[in-house]
Amino acid sequence: MSMLNIFEIASSAMTAQSQRLNVVSSNLANADSVTSSNGKPYRAKQVVFSELAFGGATGSGVKVIGVIEDSSPGRQVYDPKHPLADAQGYVAMPNVSVVDEMVNMIAAARSYQNNVEIMNTAKTLMLKTLALGQ
Amino acid sequence: MATIEPLDNLFQFHQNALNLRAFRQQLLASNIANADTPGYKARDIDFAAALRDITASRTASTVSLRATNGRHLGGSTRDEPAAVLYRSPQQPSIDGNTVEMDVERSRFAENALHYDANLTFLNSQIKLMLAALQG
Repeated sequence: MSMLNIFEIASSAMTAQSQRLNVVSSNLANADSVTSSNGKPYRAKQVVFSELAFGGATGSGVKVIGVIEDSSPGRQVYDPKHPLADAQGYVAMPNVSVVDEMVNMIAAARSYQNNVEIMNTAKTLMLKTLALGQ
Repeated sequence: MATIEPLDNLFQFHQNALNLRAFRQQLLASNIANADTPGYKARDIDFAAALRDITASRTASTVSLRATNGRHLGGSTRDEPAAVLYRSPQQPSIDGNTVEMDVERSRFAENALHYDANLTFLNSQIKLMLAALQG
């Protein structure tokens, strides 16, 4: 039955969006992490979405094909008292843009909600189809 | 089976319509799922044309592959119930994505409602037939 594909499509999108939400929360949590395991400031991460074609079916889902590091330069904060400050007194901060991440978070949450509603609609229709003729 | 055919004919139209609606629902679901995928192009079908097509091919059901050998396969002429078209966007995104959420959501809701309506019609036809059978 072709309607069953909708569950696959919506769930793949929900997985992708929740992964995006995960990355957003990691970025926001580390917005002020001046150092990490490699000694450098934290770099913002972004997910890359790609269309995922199911074999034979026309509809297509979503998959995350990778998590890339944001290459934009980090903030430089003047704080000579800081233990990690350089010779000029500047501290290299992460390149996380908190405003961008909040927007990203809302967009991911809305897309997730959209897919939940798609799934609910498909479920209602299928249940009604099963009750046909009763 | 000749005895089943009138009943089959009665339900055929709604069966075709339901199949098309389910197919379209799937396309719209994948449009909404890919709302954030760069380069994704929104797809849809022309429902009226597709249903007309299917109904016409049903009435001209004599057209089929000729089997001159017992081992020839019947085969079907198409694997998709309708021609899939690309939507022309009003406001495409800069990343090449042409999904417009307001359009897709309203189409999705509309399609779900039509599917529901089709089920209701089919149900009442079944009830009618049962009433005729049981008296």
